[in-house]
This record gives sequence, C-alpha cells and structure tokens, in this order.
Amino acid sequence: MTDIEPYDNHCLSQCGVESVTLAQIKELLDAEVIVGDDKLDLEIKTAFGADLMSDVLAFARSGCLLITGLSNPQSVRTAYALDIAAIIVCRGKALTDKFIDIAKELGIPILWTQYIMFEACGRLYREGITGCVREILVEDKTSAR
Amino acid sequence: MTLEAIVEQLGLKCKCCWEKLKRDVEGGYAGDLLSDVMANSSAGNIWVTRQVHQNIVAVASLKEHAGVVIVQGAVPDKDTLEKAQKEGIPIIVSDMSEFEVVGKIYHLMYHG
Amino acid sequence: MPGDEYLEGIFQVQGRDFVDAGIVSSEIKKKLKEKGIPESIIRKAAVVTFEAEINIISYAEQGTIQYYIEPDSITIEAKDVGAGIEDIELALQEGYSTADDSIRELGFGAGMGLANIKRFSDEFEISSVPREGTYVRSTIYLNGK
Repeated sequence: MTDIEPYDNHCLSQCGVESVTLAQIKELLDAEVIVGDDKLDLEIKTAFGADLMSDVLAFARSGCLLITGLSNPQSVRTAYALDIAAIIVCRGKALTDKFIDIAKELGIPILWTQYIMFEACGRLYREGITGCVREILVEDKTSAR
Repeated sequence: MTLEAIVEQLGLKCKCCWEKLKRDVEGGYAGDLLSDVMANSSAGNIWVTRQVHQNIVAVASLKEHAGVVIVQGAVPDKDTLEKAQKEGIPIIVSDMSEFEVVGKIYHLMYHG
Repeated sequence: MPGDEYLEGIFQVQGRDFVDAGIVSSEIKKKLKEKGIPESIIRKAAVVTFEAEINIISYAEQGTIQYYIEPDSITIEAKDVGAGIEDIELALQEGYSTADDSIRELGFGAGMGLANIKRFSDEFEISSVPREGTYVRSTIYLNGK
C-alpha cells in the first residue's frame, strides 16, 4: 500500500505559482500586522480559507496561509499543529490578548483585515496564490479494531 | 451574472432547484459560522461554505441568498436537500477547496 | 499496549473547556520537537491529539490524553468519561456529527474529528460504552511504514 505523505510539497511545485510575500499580502488586503513584523518576507504560494478547524486539520498543507474569521486561540493552535505559515483574520474580527499572546508564543504571524473572507480570498487568488489541498483520498491503511 | 453562468463556467454541480439557477447573483459570502453569515451576508449573495447540515437552508432562506455552494467535496445531508427543495434554495457542490471556488467566482464576477 | 517506560506525558482535559482547546496538542508538539522527531510525524501526532482533545471537550465531562514514544512509533491514547458514542461506525464517517450549534459556532463540529484521527494513524483503535465513556488509541510509525 502506498505510504501517503499528506504534507508533501509536490503540489506546491506543480502550482508553478510565483510566491507572494506577507508584506505584499498586507498591502493587498489593507491589513494590519498584529504579530510577526519581522516575518513579512515569508513567501506564500498556497492558501486555505476556513472557519472550521477540523477542515484545516484534515486538508490544509503546511506552509500555507490560513484565512479565517475564527479569532480564538484554537485557530493559532491549529496553525501550529500543521506548521501553517501565517494566519489572516478577516471580517475585522476583534482579537483577544490571549489570541495575540499565543500567536507570539508559538511564533505564528497574524495579519488582520476588515475584508470579508470572500473578498480576501478573491484578491489573493487574483495575485496567483492557489488553493492547495491533499487531492489524494487517504486509502484505509489503518486497522480499526 | 446569473448563478447558472457561475455553475457552468466553473463546472459545479447543482443538486436541487435547477429552475432557480437563472437568478442573478449579487456579491458573494464565504464562511462556516452561521451567526456570522446571518449577521454579515446580504441578499442575492452566493454563499460558499462547507457546512452541510440543514441549518444552512434556514440561513440562506432568511438572508435571501441566490444559492449555496458546498465545497471541498462535502456532501449535503439528505435533510438539507429536502429542505432546500422546499425553500427554493439551489444547493451546488464542488470538490474544489473554498479558496479555489471563491477565487474563481470572484474572478468571474469582477474580472470575467 | 505500550509499557509504562515509554510513557512521556499525561494531560487532563476538561469538558466544555473550549478556551484551552488545542493546548495539549501544542504541548505534545513542543516535546516531540525537542526529541528531534521528524516534522511530518509531529504534524500527524499534533492533528491526532488536537482532534482527540476537541472530542473530549465537546462531548465528554472530562478525560485524559497520554502519549508514549517507543523506538519505532508514537502512541496517543485518549480516554474520557462522558456520554460515549452510540454508533461508532457512524461516528467514524466523515461529516457525521452530533455537535450542537454552540460547538459549531466555535469552529468545530464538522464531523471530521474521528475520521481525521484515523486518517493520520498507522494503527487506530476505538471503543466506547454509551453513558460511560470513550477510548481512542492512535499509533503513528516513526518511519512511516
């Protein structure tokens, strides 16, 4: 049975997309940098938009940009679990101190924009960022007892 | 731009209320948190979500959305389709991710 | 069943404590990083732990998460006291969810939790007694085979 590596970068290279930096994304989305002023040269090629963290855990790839309206600490912890590059909180959702502290502690850059998710994703897609999910459906390689 | 045009050009699948596809779409909304969609989406929106339970029909109906697109290959509940048929809300599905679907719709609506 | 000599840590998880959801996942991830475990393996363990944690928080009164590091694998065990699962086969289906609206509003309850755990496990075991509790065990091989 094929050993499936769900987070390989095969898709990234296939996308053939020019990367966009966090600094450029900040401009595109008229965003504020809440955490990670020193990480604005991070390059982003792929993005995942979601409010449901289980979806992120199931489908998002490491190194992507997470776009979400969920401004609780769980979205930071989800990003940490997957080595997601950065989070954009959209819809102008208020951020708590706890959220910001955890992002600083776990080293996840946070950008904040008033744009709704539809607009944010639309603009980023236009710049050449692609959505990247695991296209392979994981075969049942486990033995459930 | 009509819902039909979006469905055709993006290769999406409509699961019910095909006769309603001629509706005009005015703007889009993406999100999975129902209270947020209730508060912030608008009439005529095409709503992109991965929620599949029947509550999405109630929300779409209340907010007078043009239709709902369920992404990521998520399968709408049977109850959802039944309710949607009754309420006249087209439920459309796609295997693409939310980001891709929104990106493509956005492009069609504003740059196509 | 891993022996106690491999037990690395035990964490308590409180039911309905959504604020701290994901904290165990982050802690285990940090510990695994310190041990030099490969990143892709850490991600799987982090996702499995996160989902197990969310399940305890969403559906149980309280529970524990234990993790073991053996020469060839990492094992995560989640035990809880609570409602248990009536139909395990159903619960394992992607999209099947018993979440209430309050859980969904927090970004969970998409019905992906157990499916995600199984997806990233090389060995997976689940058992439950309704009105008593649930046990989930996930083993991830270190060399991916």
